[in-house]
Amino acid sequence: MIDVIDRQLIHLLQQGLPLVSRPYAVIGKQLQLSEDETLSRLALLKKQGVIKRLGVIVNHRQLGYKANAMVVFDISDSLVNQVGEHISQFNFINLCYQRPRQGELWPYNLYCMIHGKNRDKVLQQLNHLIESCGLGQCQHEVLFSKQCFKQRGALYPLLSVQKKT
Amino acid sequence: MFTPLHKQLLNNYQQDMPLSPTPYKDIAQSLGVTEDDVLSIFQELSDKQFITRIGSVIAPNQLGASSLMAMSVPPDQLQHIAAIVNQYPEVNHNYERDNRFNLWFVLVAINKEQLQTVIADIELKTSFKILYLPLLADYFINLGFEIDFDD
Repeated sequence: MIDVIDRQLIHLLQQGLPLVSRPYAVIGKQLQLSEDETLSRLALLKKQGVIKRLGVIVNHRQLGYKANAMVVFDISDSLVNQVGEHISQFNFINLCYQRPRQGELWPYNLYCMIHGKNRDKVLQQLNHLIESCGLGQCQHEVLFSKQCFKQRGALYPLLSVQKKT
Repeated sequence: MFTPLHKQLLNNYQQDMPLSPTPYKDIAQSLGVTEDDVLSIFQELSDKQFITRIGSVIAPNQLGASSLMAMSVPPDQLQHIAAIVNQYPEVNHNYERDNRFNLWFVLVAINKEQLQTVIADIELKTSFKILYLPLLADYFINLGFEIDFDD
């Protein structure tokens, strides 16, 4: 099980692995963990799927991917899982989630993200996706991102975590 | 602008940073360069903000409760409302999007009760209703983001 040390370790790692020769030793030291224990805890967290990936997190915007679209679809409940899995296979799709509809106000239940170098390219890719998945009849909206007010790695709260005994 | 080494470091180590005592040296050895080369290029990519960090991506809802939220805010109030939302330490991402629902943010709290408390508090402070859009299923197998350097 994940304990309070694992949470603290992840909290430190979310702020970035130091760019020094022995980075895991540096992180471990802050928690009074040996380098070995730090590495074995991280390996286990990764194996358990708590850490989904560990590595370089690129800044899409800075690398020229200025157009970021969240596309939302209204897909019938009986097909949403199948469509979600299909959409995820396209190499230009970065995320794909099912979320609850909000009545008539927001009737969408499938969300995916496309990062592209410009809006035209993203819209071309979306058209390709809609045609190949046969989604022409499904209502959808495209929400391009504009200003970024905040973006950082999720900092998981540490307060009020009860230590397991 | 980018050397082949820059490109390899950007594209090939998004998923599995070596979990060894000397990860940068291991990368250097597999690419036939020195550890100093790897460290200095990562430092440069980080200083120039091409990489946000070297770190972990945590699977949703493993360590707490998180959710996407949306708000519909009159354009002339957007900056003000976004600044209020940003003040909450539970908010990690906060973006303007081109839609009648124009403010989209992600909250992470210790549990669902805490998440509901923060939602109620933001609604009270901003007087705007929040669309609460928690994850029901994740279909995507995360393989990182392959940068196309050609066009």
